Amino acid sequence: MIAFQNVSKIYGDHSAALEDIGFQVGPGEFVSLVGRSGAGKSTIIRLLIGEEKPSKGRVFFGQYEVNKLRDKELPAFRRHIGVVFQDFRLLPTKNAYENVAFALEVAGRSQREIGELVPQVLDMVGLSDKMNNFPSELSGGEKQRVAIARAMVHRPEVIIADEPTGNLDPLHTTEIINLLIKINELGTTLILATHNKDIVNALGKRVITLDKGRLIRDEERGKYILV
Amino acid sequence: MITTLSRIIHFGLKSFWRNGLLSTATVLVMLLALFVSLGLVIFTEVRDNAIVSLQDKIDIVVYFKTNTAEDQILSIKESLESLPEVQEIAYVSKEKALEDFKVKHAGEQSVIGAVDTVGNNPFEASLNIRAFSPDQYAAIDESLNNSVFDQYISKKSFDENQVAIDRLVAIIDYVNRGGLALTIIMAVIAGLIVFNTIRLAIYSSRDEISIMRAVGASNALVRGPFIVDGILVGVIAAVLSILFVMPVVSFLSPHLAKFIPGSNLSSYYYSNVFTLLLWQMLFGAGIGVFSGYMAIRRYLKN
Repeated sequence: MIAFQNVSKIYGDHSAALEDIGFQVGPGEFVSLVGRSGAGKSTIIRLLIGEEKPSKGRVFFGQYEVNKLRDKELPAFRRHIGVVFQDFRLLPTKNAYENVAFALEVAGRSQREIGELVPQVLDMVGLSDKMNNFPSELSGGEKQRVAIARAMVHRPEVIIADEPTGNLDPLHTTEIINLLIKINELGTTLILATHNKDIVNALGKRVITLDKGRLIRDEERGKYILV
Repeated sequence: MITTLSRIIHFGLKSFWRNGLLSTATVLVMLLALFVSLGLVIFTEVRDNAIVSLQDKIDIVVYFKTNTAEDQILSIKESLESLPEVQEIAYVSKEKALEDFKVKHAGEQSVIGAVDTVGNNPFEASLNIRAFSPDQYAAIDESLNNSVFDQYISKKSFDENQVAIDRLVAIIDYVNRGGLALTIIMAVIAGLIVFNTIRLAIYSSRDEISIMRAVGASNALVRGPFIVDGILVGVIAAVLSILFVMPVVSFLSPHLAKFIPGSNLSSYYYSNVFTLLLWQMLFGAGIGVFSGYMAIRRYLKN
């Protein structure tokens, strides 16, 4: 489903963010991308969602060759992927319902569909009683749950979570990881970029380890190991 | 398609409203540009009225010696009518000239009495010649001077208004060119202000834009609202310019009619108000769209 083939990303003055990366992710997998800050996790995500193009190599997503997509093809492509960010990226002037609905509005879905889907997905993340609350009225964990609801509301094939628990306390971290596991169990492929050792070790799922832009380990039931 | 369009408009309205103060300032600057543009359109109408009004006053009146037979004069009239410059010729017989004089001086017994004491009709028959355009009178005058009719002509009055008209046209053209230059300058200033407003709107919407991109919003949906902003600035300024100029036109119209007989600026303005509004909207929205597009190209990368 997702394939990186000999991908390198070199910025201006020959500083390599990624070097000769190659891996594949199948449908329904849960993959943790681990590594220290600057290891290349975020670069892989940016290449996968077409925000950047590789300096060398090819990136595939289903039938798309992402590195060859033109600007006008990107919006339709990105609707296959849901992205969850560390800083939530919720719009402060919209309540939980409106933040989630916004993803469907910009995708051109009808008001009727929006009216049906948004309450369903907010219910799934356990926020049906807080859909009228604004981000400032929600806890960190609740904000991230709204962000997850927004990422999954248009039923993407893959959800990419970029350090989704980076701003959360341990209790909310567990809540969010459990939610991501639940989404994965329902069939959505999940890519989790994190440097949280405890989460990765507790998951017992596939782990791709990056170090200084190189892929140093890819294990089916991996652990967070960095020397 | 309709859903996307309605959302583009909705997001555009929201962005315009959210940047309220900045939007208001931009509308005011655009309003100044549109005032100048509207002023130029109105001035063109006044100019055309003035020229038509003055042109109506020009003609060549050819007076014939009293012993010239009416048949002879009518044959000269017929001959002159074949000149390509001549639009129309009115024949005023001696009798008609006398009658007109009496009508004009009715009640002035001493004047009428003086004419009667002469005994016979002292008035000369005449031909009032009108050309298609003022610059053709010189050619007609030349034709009269060099023709065999010269022997029958007592005198000609080639109205000297032509000189005044030439001068007026020159002044009007000068003012017109100045107005056009001012319109262009104001349009450029308004365009730069709109450009800056949309740049700031893009900056203040950067979070929303990044989320829109992340969830797969089309380029039309990301960029469209800023174009809507530009159109809104133009359209609002256009409507305001038409409304604000209304009382000014109503006030000036009667004063202008004193200088330019037959002109009715109020009537022109009100009967063409929708055409003027459309022109103003196209001009204002055109500046808004162009500046918005430039700002988007510069500051809203994919």
